[in-house]
Amino acid sequence: MIHARDLVRNFKTKTGVVEAVKGLSLDVAEGELVAFLGPNGAGKSTSVRMLTTLLPPDSGSANIGGFDIAREPEAVRKRIGYVGQGTGSGPYHRVKDELVTQGQALRMKRSAAADRADELLQMLELDGMADRDASSLSGGQKRRLDIALGLMHTPPILFLDEPSTGLDPHSRANLWEHILKLRQSSGMTIFLTTHYLDEADAMAERVMIMDGGRMIADDTPARLKANLAGDTITLTLRDTGEATRAAGIAEQTDGKRDLTVDGSRLMLVIADGEGKLPGLVVACRDAGIDVLAASVKRPTLDDVFLGLTGRSLREQAAA
Amino acid sequence: MAFLSDVMISFRREITPTLRNWYYVLFGLMQPFLYLGLFVPLLGGFGAADGGSALQWFVPGMVVMLVLFTTVMCGWTLTEELLSGSFERFLTTPMSRPAMLVGRALKELAPLLVQALIVILVAAPFGLTLYPLQMLFGLLLLLLFGIGVAGLSYALAIASKRDGSLFYMVSHSIALPMMLLGGVLLPMEGAPTWLYVASRFNPLSYLVEAERALFSGAWSTLPVLIGIGVSVVTAIVGLAVGAATIRKASV
Repeated sequence: MIHARDLVRNFKTKTGVVEAVKGLSLDVAEGELVAFLGPNGAGKSTSVRMLTTLLPPDSGSANIGGFDIAREPEAVRKRIGYVGQGTGSGPYHRVKDELVTQGQALRMKRSAAADRADELLQMLELDGMADRDASSLSGGQKRRLDIALGLMHTPPILFLDEPSTGLDPHSRANLWEHILKLRQSSGMTIFLTTHYLDEADAMAERVMIMDGGRMIADDTPARLKANLAGDTITLTLRDTGEATRAAGIAEQTDGKRDLTVDGSRLMLVIADGEGKLPGLVVACRDAGIDVLAASVKRPTLDDVFLGLTGRSLREQAAA
Repeated sequence: MAFLSDVMISFRREITPTLRNWYYVLFGLMQPFLYLGLFVPLLGGFGAADGGSALQWFVPGMVVMLVLFTTVMCGWTLTEELLSGSFERFLTTPMSRPAMLVGRALKELAPLLVQALIVILVAAPFGLTLYPLQMLFGLLLLLLFGIGVAGLSYALAIASKRDGSLFYMVSHSIALPMMLLGGVLLPMEGAPTWLYVASRFNPLSYLVEAERALFSGAWSTLPVLIGIGVSVVTAIVGLAVGAATIRKASV
């Protein structure tokens, strides 16, 4: 459904040329839910804006739903729903009016657009809001209206640019409930950008990690974590001496990384930590070392990002 | 005609909130009536050379001024939507870009035309002779002219979209001298030579002259022809510049 090859986009600023996207290639199959994850300024939005025909690429090409973004932008626009970072509804316009206008802009008949608007208002729990000014809605309601605007023409492909940024946790969860429900009922291809790690992890079937204008990883969250981060096993021993001896035993374990001793604690990173832990504990006991406590921490996508770039995404999101 | 239907879609979206608050259009009549009540009496015999009322001379110029000031500020409402993201939403639909601009411009112009008609009707008992066809044609020319100015205003708004005060400064420093040099308030015939020459380089002067000719019942005079030319060219240039700039709206 989405195929991009070597997309490049530079911006001229006062301080020089900024290479926002440096040769992006990606493929998304029909019905996939893919998350673009990366820190602010990684090039996520610029990429989405190129894919949605809002921004012409400097070079490279992309095909959306069978149509070329440069040669057939109108055909692309008819097939995509786009929910940008900003607020889609106008401040002086009423909720249902905006939906109907959007439908007409997407070549729907006015009556069909009105029916679809009612349907979406109900689906997104905005019924009763139809005649309200869009500016009077709460943040979560506005965002659901944005989604409804993007869904008016039942597009096969939906682009969501930072859909839940700025929402409180409750509204975020509620928004996601709706997105997943819509997807289940329609089989839409969904492409979203986010800098929320947990969101990408929990919702997306595939995560593409962007950093510095390049895609640096592309896989399922589970495989990214297994291959690029691994589980962290922590063993607590009686004292530093035993911890050091246990480290000697752990040294023999296949596939271990980052073995460290911190006081009476021993830590190591390894794939399939849950499967490896019992063997390790038994090996320690065979050597006469008692393991007092043991834990396995599953990695997060932040660990993946840290492993790939040496930086934490969480710190950057907070900055 | 996808273009016309896109114009209608855009116009309808923008005019709906105005129609809900139609009384603001009536408030908008304050300014023209203040001019008519407090300024026209000062004109005395000015402009009323052919024995007609000063109104016959002043009303067309004033309507041009209203159109100019309103359409120059059109971009302001676009700035708001450029920043919020709602304009971007339309850019991802197959709608025609120039049609989006025309629809928006018409939304600003429609209340003005209503106001102009009310002013004309109210001024009639005070000495404004009515030439319905000529006057309506005059308003049509203003519509074309206004669409062009609006197109330029949208282009300015897009070019300065992160900076509302820049937009305000530039638009005003263009509109005010155009209005003063257009001989809207006082006849340019009494101006010093340098000022008169400067006014000849102002396209608005020709439009004002055309409107004055039409409002005094003339049809096929040279000023009217030139006025048609000025309106048509302004509309074409404004829309072309607006449509070309709109491609940058999402950058």
